[in-house]
Amino acid sequence: MLKRRTKGEAFFDIFNNFGMLIVCFLTIYPIWYVLVNAFNDGQDAMRGGIYWWPRMFSFENFSAVFQSSGIMTAMGITVAKTVIGVFIHVLFTAMVAYAFSRKGLIGGKFYILLGTVTMFFGGGLIPTYLLIKDLNMLDSFLVYIIPAMFSFFDLIIFMTFFREIPDGLEEAAKIDGANDWSIFLRVVLPVSMPVIATIALFHGVYQWNDYFTGVIYINNTDLQPIQTYLYKVVAQSSSNQMMAQVPGGVAKSVTSQSIKMATMVVTTAPIVFVYPFLQRYFVKGMMIGSIKG
Amino acid sequence: MQNQLHADASETGVGPSMEPSVQDKRKLDRKRWLRKLYGQRHLQIMALLGVVWMIIFNYIPMYGVIIAFKEFNIVKSIGEAPWVGLEHFKEFFSDEDFTNVMRNTLGISLLKLFIGFPLPIIFALFLNEIRSVRYKRTIQTISYLPHFLSWVILGGILMTWLADIGIINNILLALHIIDEPITYLAEPKYFWGIIITSDIWKELGWSAIIYLAAIASISPEMYEASTIDGAGRFQKMWYITLPSIKSTISILFILAVGGVLNSNFDQILVLRNSLNESASNVIDIFVYHTGMQNGRYSYAQAVALFKSVIAIILLLIANRVTKKLNDTSLF
Repeated sequence: MLKRRTKGEAFFDIFNNFGMLIVCFLTIYPIWYVLVNAFNDGQDAMRGGIYWWPRMFSFENFSAVFQSSGIMTAMGITVAKTVIGVFIHVLFTAMVAYAFSRKGLIGGKFYILLGTVTMFFGGGLIPTYLLIKDLNMLDSFLVYIIPAMFSFFDLIIFMTFFREIPDGLEEAAKIDGANDWSIFLRVVLPVSMPVIATIALFHGVYQWNDYFTGVIYINNTDLQPIQTYLYKVVAQSSSNQMMAQVPGGVAKSVTSQSIKMATMVVTTAPIVFVYPFLQRYFVKGMMIGSIKG
Repeated sequence: MQNQLHADASETGVGPSMEPSVQDKRKLDRKRWLRKLYGQRHLQIMALLGVVWMIIFNYIPMYGVIIAFKEFNIVKSIGEAPWVGLEHFKEFFSDEDFTNVMRNTLGISLLKLFIGFPLPIIFALFLNEIRSVRYKRTIQTISYLPHFLSWVILGGILMTWLADIGIINNILLALHIIDEPITYLAEPKYFWGIIITSDIWKELGWSAIIYLAAIASISPEMYEASTIDGAGRFQKMWYITLPSIKSTISILFILAVGGVLNSNFDQILVLRNSLNESASNVIDIFVYHTGMQNGRYSYAQAVALFKSVIAIILLLIANRVTKKLNDTSLF
């Protein structure tokens, strides 16, 4: 009865649905465009006009990407920094959060104050660079891991979760003679999987997408992640270097443009792949993001 | 138990006999404290590891900010560098790039604030009016996707689109809007537009989440009541939805104003080049160039500090204004 729609309402619905369709199209189409061009023969794509579907379907671009030693090394670095980075970030931040969340921790209030200050004040680019330099972490894989292994924002999220865990669980373990380390590892972590997944996914996306660390701290091209590699190709248009690394056999139908497209697809694929899993944690993540922003 | 007895005994005494008991109590407290500390030694190790990390990676760089007032040289330590007062700040204000850098930073930031800030709210309002839940969820999923891609990838896509033989030029040429292909990224006059548009493309859906969450918590009774009163869709949007999320909007607005000078370094670093420099040189890029590439650490840090000070002032002003206007404030 109340649902009865007037003419104006119906018009509004059509207009609104159509508008949303356009927004979605504009969002997704640029990505689709890269995808179809990456699956098209490189020389043929130079003629342009590939908008909806590959004209000359080809895997050549991808095989060139997978045979390029530079791209594969960079991919390896990205995978390594993401896997190791996430593991250490989650374990370390959760460990500190567990200690901070215990009632009666001597100095606990002071520790939390120390952390809160870091949310509002920071050194910024130059002092951080000088610190990393003094720590001898320039041109070292550790620069991806250690400066990113802790975040006070993530600690707050862990802490809120840990405080909800019923005390009985830990007391039972304590009676069995477990110390704080094993309570943390064997009791607290296993029941905290939802929050671990949230932090891990968001830190994983950060590690995967971060290109600036590689630009500023790394000179050795064998240590640069794929995003930094792509940054150099995209922003400094050094795509000739990209072609130089491709073995002669496949280079005939591949152009610097088509191999760039294929590399972008390969780099983006894992993100799109974890995307459905990420979705469950969107709202939580947005809350983190809005505090951070 | 024994302690208790001891304490009781001393209380009955007068004069000097009090003193040893107070000392005793203090000793006892210390003993108890030490025992407690020992009991939580494992927890303390965990906590202190975090504290040490924060001191190294947060507090040492904070101390490093003082190089803005010094003449820092890479071969000496920060402590050894001589003080120069406000020299670097004065130099920046009279730098030939100063006007241009400020113009670009403020121009891009204000455009982002006035176009990029309201759009997600409008998107959320209209998305909320979609009747089909499945369609709504699909739209959301699609609109979030670009948020999870890096600026390197999105920059790469943009460059393909904006190239001489790119899709934008092809369409405009076919429609006879232009006669010759335009190299968009090589022309400063297009740069701000590209930055704003691509930023909206990346963040529109993602920024809308928080408003959608706020809208979801509005009581359905309000809408029912207004339907009985004969309110249409736009009227509901304007008189119920929008006022109900006013405080969320205010808080996010204050934060946006505070971050107005952060002209998205990641994005601009990818899209800038020497040809569009007169429109793309913002404070963050300027700091990166003078500091990292020319090695003028102290000068660059002074510029960065100048930016932070302005940001804090802006944040305070925005907080004041929203407090006056609608009683919502961050602090």
